[in-house]
Amino acid sequence: MSHDPEHHPSLLGRIFSRDHKVIGLQFLFSSLIWMVVGGLLALAIRWQLAWPWSDMPIVGRWLFAAEGGQISPQFYNVLFTMHATIMVFFVMIPILAGAFGNYLIPLMIGARDMAFPTLNMLSYWVMWPAFACMIAAMVVPERGPDFGWTAYPPLAVLFGQSQALWMMGLLLVGVSSMMGSINYITTILQMRAPGLTMMRLPMTIWGMLITAILQAFALPVLTAAVVLQLSDRVMETGFFAPEGLVNEQGQTVVAGGQALLWQHLFWFYSHPAVYIMILPAMGMISDMLSCFSRKPLFGYRPMVFSMCAIAGMGFIVWGHHMFVSGMNYFLSVSFMVSTILIALPSGVKTFNWLATLWQGRLVFSAAMLYCLGFVSMFVIGGLSGVVMASPAIDIMVHDTYFIVAHFHYVLFGSSMFGVFAAIHYWYPKMFGRMMNETVGKLHFVLTFIFLNGTFFPMHFLGARGFPRRYADPYVVESFRDLLPLNQFITWCALGMAAAQILFAVNFLGSLVFGRRAVDNPWRANTLDWQTTSPPGHGNFAVEPVVYRGAYEYSVPGRAEDYWPQTEVPT
Amino acid sequence: MNRFWGLFFLAVPLAAFGVSALAAWGWTPLAGFWLPANYSREGETIDQLFHLFHAVAAVVLLGTGLILAWSIYRFGNRDRTAAQYWPHHSVLEWVWTIIPAGILIFLALFQMESWNRSKAAHPEIEVAGQRLPQPPLVRVVAKRFGWEFHHAGPDGKLQTADDLYVENLLLLPAAEMVVLQLESSDVIHSFFVPGLRVKQDLVPGMKQKMWFEVREPVELEIICTELCGWGHYTMQAKLQAVTRAEYDRWVVEETNRRRPELAEVEQ
Repeated sequence: MSHDPEHHPSLLGRIFSRDHKVIGLQFLFSSLIWMVVGGLLALAIRWQLAWPWSDMPIVGRWLFAAEGGQISPQFYNVLFTMHATIMVFFVMIPILAGAFGNYLIPLMIGARDMAFPTLNMLSYWVMWPAFACMIAAMVVPERGPDFGWTAYPPLAVLFGQSQALWMMGLLLVGVSSMMGSINYITTILQMRAPGLTMMRLPMTIWGMLITAILQAFALPVLTAAVVLQLSDRVMETGFFAPEGLVNEQGQTVVAGGQALLWQHLFWFYSHPAVYIMILPAMGMISDMLSCFSRKPLFGYRPMVFSMCAIAGMGFIVWGHHMFVSGMNYFLSVSFMVSTILIALPSGVKTFNWLATLWQGRLVFSAAMLYCLGFVSMFVIGGLSGVVMASPAIDIMVHDTYFIVAHFHYVLFGSSMFGVFAAIHYWYPKMFGRMMNETVGKLHFVLTFIFLNGTFFPMHFLGARGFPRRYADPYVVESFRDLLPLNQFITWCALGMAAAQILFAVNFLGSLVFGRRAVDNPWRANTLDWQTTSPPGHGNFAVEPVVYRGAYEYSVPGRAEDYWPQTEVPT
Repeated sequence: MNRFWGLFFLAVPLAAFGVSALAAWGWTPLAGFWLPANYSREGETIDQLFHLFHAVAAVVLLGTGLILAWSIYRFGNRDRTAAQYWPHHSVLEWVWTIIPAGILIFLALFQMESWNRSKAAHPEIEVAGQRLPQPPLVRVVAKRFGWEFHHAGPDGKLQTADDLYVENLLLLPAAEMVVLQLESSDVIHSFFVPGLRVKQDLVPGMKQKMWFEVREPVELEIICTELCGWGHYTMQAKLQAVTRAEYDRWVVEETNRRRPELAEVEQ
């Protein structure tokens, strides 16, 4: 299999591998395991909202012995804090940039490996101290991280016992992402195969490149902010503590800081982070939609430009998280304009995806269905984004379940569907075996139905003003009639969780029982499919030479309906 | 399979639109799944904007959803022999860039005035021919996990000895613009009254102003919508709007009732 017969790494060399494919798979497996943890936390949140203060089934007696099996309000806050922290920093960012970025970039640009293999290895292993910090933060005896994933001071600084551990975990995740992004940018710009010009790159690589640039420019700000908040806690510096604040022990804290400053710094990273969590998925589904429509991606250049526009504008919209925070109200107007206008490149991408399908010859593989699900859900998530971009409307829906509905449509309905699609699509390349298509389609149908059952009604909750982060919203009299709707949502969430068992069985079972894959099972054009499945160390037996773009499907006058980028023109 | 998947994806826009439209219409089984009753002047505009934005969203949802479902139905047919080689079309790209851009810019400009009235244009009163900012009527202080309301006493000024302090009950005159001064004594909280479409964070170290007009006498709920600790969900208060005459009477009666205490404090 191996293209490098001299390559026989030791056991340690296999674990701390510098091969981008191994690192990609390491990211993939750890992200999938964290997804199980994050999902279980979400179910606990849904349990409390549907049957407040009733004993947690199975784990309740063991976890909450003191409360007699109930979730305490304190622990409820830990639940949603860690659900978000894990899903954002341990699942979505690592699985998109870490797993697929690592695995696909050298393969799709025809390189033997990343530009900096050792740095690449470190970018994965620095995640483990981060995992350790976050787990330690969760099991701190007195109080876990209960300040929300946004960690707004003074709450996080004054009242969060586990703040220091949580901040250190976040810092390490940032270090990992930074090492990854430097590597991606360098590799994509410097190591492309001969003939592979920038305007011949597949959209997946464009998505990864732009994501890496976003990370490289936004992360330093978050890192600095995290260090400041950490020192506020452990060295009592007071960057974010205003005059006259009193801590839990009743002592006045060193002050002179600004609580709002954190929000600016945090969202300056965390808004681009939402694009970090969707641009790679957009790139990957563009490639898959084109392949399974057997038709060129419609409007390649507008697709690239609109992705650049999303990334560029993504830096000047962070204030829309702060419309009612007390920030200058005239400033809100400029953030409103940029936020509404960012819907434009997103819309252009959607129209181009639809035009890609038009006049195609669609193949309904499981991967294709997730891609179609992505487009369908992205429209809903994008449109609710336009609604709340209006500050006047945001006054009503800010910090309600309307927001929760919006970002779950984008993060789960879109990004996660992109990940499911990518796993089904690249699984044969990664493991040399096919996933079961029937089980994959069944998983798609069930996940899609339960996803909408879970998240669509949240728009209605939000319209009523139903707030997020309430351990028991029904203490507010006017929300009592929303209990049945919340129970419906929880039943759907349970169904969605159960449907993931199908995915786990398919993913793990196919490793052993899957049909053997050929090198190019989807008859795709990109370079990753022009080598063995799985590729050996060094990826390609001979350095590939590229003669055309990635989307030459159904070219008139050819016998085959695809035309690999490497095929020598006759 | 193209029939099945076409119908499957057709169900998304139809169901999403149908359920939302019925909820907005007030169809009984979905009663209470839309905006709650509104009692403020500016809330009317905010509700109209909410409906306008949703109407535009509905058109886009149905348009793109129908095209997606039709493409799947039509071009997923197994009998199709070949796809058409159609990589780009400049006119189409311009059309679907410029038309949405126009709609988005219209929406952005159209809703600006409401935000201006809600948060930027401080209400003014006329004193001796001069227009001055309207002074706040109540000082709201949020603390973990309750609300303190310091109503201006007979002197009409805040932070004087005759302030009327009430816990978890905000009494306000209806049918007139009122200004509140918001402060926090510990962490960030947020003052939210769903029935009035008003929300404002209370940040320690900052003095925020907030204003609105309750249209008629009514009792409403105030809740906290910025995470403030384990008891965040318990942090609520009542807002009671009464007629101006009743409000003035309450101020006089409360002051008289509390006079002995006040005298003591002053010594």
